Amino acid sequence: MFDFTDEQIKRYSRHIILSEVGGTGQTKLLDSKVLLLGAGGLGSPAAFYLAAAGIGTIGLIDDDEVDLSNLQRQILHSTADVGRPKVDSATETLKGVNPDVDVVTYQTRLTSENVMETIADYDVIVDGCDNLPTRYLLNDASVFAGKPVVHGSIFQFEGQVTVFDPKNGPCYRCLYPEPPPPEMVPSCQEAGVIGVLPGIVGSLQAVEAIKVLLGIGDPLVGKLLLYNALGQDFRKLTLRKDESCPVCGENPTVTELIDYEEFCAVHF
Amino acid sequence: MAQVRIPTPLRRLTKGEAEVTVDGDNVAAIIDGLEADYPGLKERICDEKGEVRRFVNIYVNDEDVRFLDGTETKTGPDDIVSIIPAIAGG
Repeated sequence: MFDFTDEQIKRYSRHIILSEVGGTGQTKLLDSKVLLLGAGGLGSPAAFYLAAAGIGTIGLIDDDEVDLSNLQRQILHSTADVGRPKVDSATETLKGVNPDVDVVTYQTRLTSENVMETIADYDVIVDGCDNLPTRYLLNDASVFAGKPVVHGSIFQFEGQVTVFDPKNGPCYRCLYPEPPPPEMVPSCQEAGVIGVLPGIVGSLQAVEAIKVLLGIGDPLVGKLLLYNALGQDFRKLTLRKDESCPVCGENPTVTELIDYEEFCAVHF
Repeated sequence: MAQVRIPTPLRRLTKGEAEVTVDGDNVAAIIDGLEADYPGLKERICDEKGEVRRFVNIYVNDEDVRFLDGTETKTGPDDIVSIIPAIAGG
């Protein structure tokens, strides 16, 4: 009834015996396509676990090369990978974990020119990118395309996780209608981040992606999960769909994709 | 009065404090109270017209005040007011 090889039955046995997954769910995962924005802090654990889970196709977008300063948190890459494109190093790691997975790489940045075409083939997008313009661009494109986005973001000791499912809940602009002006933004390297933080937040994103793909549990649609590593606490806030949202509201003003000027985080 | 959770990017204005107690019985008064105790905080949260900036949200407990009564949302001593800015890191 299921088209598993003997090796797959063994590899995925701990999934298959779960009533929420089973042979049907595992087959669904093997037929699924997940796109990861960023093969860095968040993308590393997310891609690692999604590959191990047997997601059939994993797309990786990252235009960067591995830097020594990445290795404190970006566990897809090794010391010997310094200087290599992250997508190459990531592919090797993921194929090593699970040869079942087809890894598709895009060594580029998302722009208004390529985003619609890039996301078209995927079931779920995991947003672990490192800048606000790409997050807004992805949001608008995913609303236009009706694709769910598992959002994760981190700053120093704090993380945010949610699922933006444009068919069933709010989008990023319902939460934050407009990005800050570029003059309110510092350079990317100023803030610092505790290395384990993206491990936790990226792993939560992997859980959410699997739940969305399998249709199980309660994905974080309409909920913003906040994690604070210093206080070691999780809180869940309610996110509501905003009728005046500039992209998914009743009278949208954002009807085309926008390439915002590059910046990394809100400058306070 | 309310407990106010300060996000990491703003803590240099609260001498590192993550949670502070501020006088005021609604969100607007809380923001003014924050400014009185920690000068410079208000301009980070609000624009020159006094409106909450569009990349910052204020929550009372687990609800966004935009979906309550905005900055007129009432706050009591048991309420937790959270300032939640957009963060981008990955």
